[in-house]
Amino acid sequence: MSEAIQRIPVEITINGTCYKREIEPRMLLVEFLREEIGLTGTHIGCDTSYCGACTLILDGDAVKSCTLFAVQADGGEIVTVEGLEKDGELHPLQQAFSQEHGLQCGYCTPGMLMSSLVLLADKPDPGEKDIRKCLSGNLCRCTGYQNIVKAVQAAAKELREGR
Amino acid sequence: MYPAPFCYHRPGSLDEAVGLLSELGEAAKPLAGGQSLIPILKLRMDEPTDLVDIARLPGLHFMQNGDENMRIGALSTHAHIGRSDLASAVPILSDCANGIADPQVRARGTIGGSVSSADPSCDWPTLLYTLDAEIVCHSKAGNRTVPIREFIRDSYTTILDYAELVTEIRFKAPPANSGGAYIGFKKSASAYPTAAVGVQLTLADGNVCQNVRLALGAAGPRPVTSDEAERLLCGKVLTSALLKQAAEAIVEAADPPADARGSSDFKRAILRSLFMQAAHRAIERAGGAQIMGKHEYV
Repeated sequence: MSEAIQRIPVEITINGTCYKREIEPRMLLVEFLREEIGLTGTHIGCDTSYCGACTLILDGDAVKSCTLFAVQADGGEIVTVEGLEKDGELHPLQQAFSQEHGLQCGYCTPGMLMSSLVLLADKPDPGEKDIRKCLSGNLCRCTGYQNIVKAVQAAAKELREGR
Repeated sequence: MYPAPFCYHRPGSLDEAVGLLSELGEAAKPLAGGQSLIPILKLRMDEPTDLVDIARLPGLHFMQNGDENMRIGALSTHAHIGRSDLASAVPILSDCANGIADPQVRARGTIGGSVSSADPSCDWPTLLYTLDAEIVCHSKAGNRTVPIREFIRDSYTTILDYAELVTEIRFKAPPANSGGAYIGFKKSASAYPTAAVGVQLTLADGNVCQNVRLALGAAGPRPVTSDEAERLLCGKVLTSALLKQAAEAIVEAADPPADARGSSDFKRAILRSLFMQAAHRAIERAGGAQIMGKHEYV
């Protein structure tokens, strides 16, 4: 490509706020969030679409934001880990991960939370198998997953019974 | 990791898309779900000058259970196919669609993209061999319909012209007393399968095999078939001994490459085992059993 670098205007709604930017088409969605918007809660782990640390919710689906160009999300609605907390109070999923010791280093946690949130929207009372299947694209190298499963079950119960 | 720079285009219609691809030339690439293409671009294994984003093109996102043919629009995601009535009616589709990678990848990846990439480890090409599917392709010259076995020419190589797009996948609805199973063996959910087997068959009275299609995935540059193995089974009652003979015959035709996922011998052993599992599950399903599919993990 010999000409000037192309810049594409995009409008992306993130956690309820619409952001307008002009970006290079090769910018990945995770880099858009971290570098352009300054939302660093979404982590870059493997950067190869395996680990799921960069998982966020785009138009209702959990997706890996390292394997998506930001231009592909133009017009879309995104929820990231920063969108979970409301009025200074942690989301029941976040509380449950804390209480059930569902994290150690915490690097994979934002991705775990976002995948779990999509599961709970679809299945309010998931079994262990549902949870493990839902999180099969999210790797954790600390916990051994047991407490992550417990945390999602605890959050599901909390959400079903209402706060 | 940043891909090399490229120009981005988002045409509004199929005709505009193939027009653009034709105008931009061979160095341009279509982008659908991006789940195969984006990792390739990030590793700079390919550096297209232009990407034509076809993900939002209207009319290519459908599943239809017609009288003659079952039809799947090329932009249907693995997740949509896995949840569809079509997948309930043809369980081998459900096995495949719900077993590809992980939920995040299934939410974005498309059947058209999988077929067009012709990655020897991709699940859809192997699966579509077992259904004798046809691929509908569209270019400025119009439509052509190509059997999957002719569509895939070699690893990562199809008959698609650079300015041609897959628009639809179609296949005949399996007749009564049919059953199928597709099993991929993966090291982890997100990984491509180490090996995969698809079996689709129809039983006649007395559990005699009337018709059968067999295919192995990740077992050579293209999905592996064996006329000999299919002939062994046709017209016979399917005993375990006979199935083992067929497994030997088709695995003999396989040429699984030794790589990080295992040696050739290891993969052959996995293929034999998967073949027996898939064949037994297909037979049970042909008999009316409702069995959920699953990919096997190490």
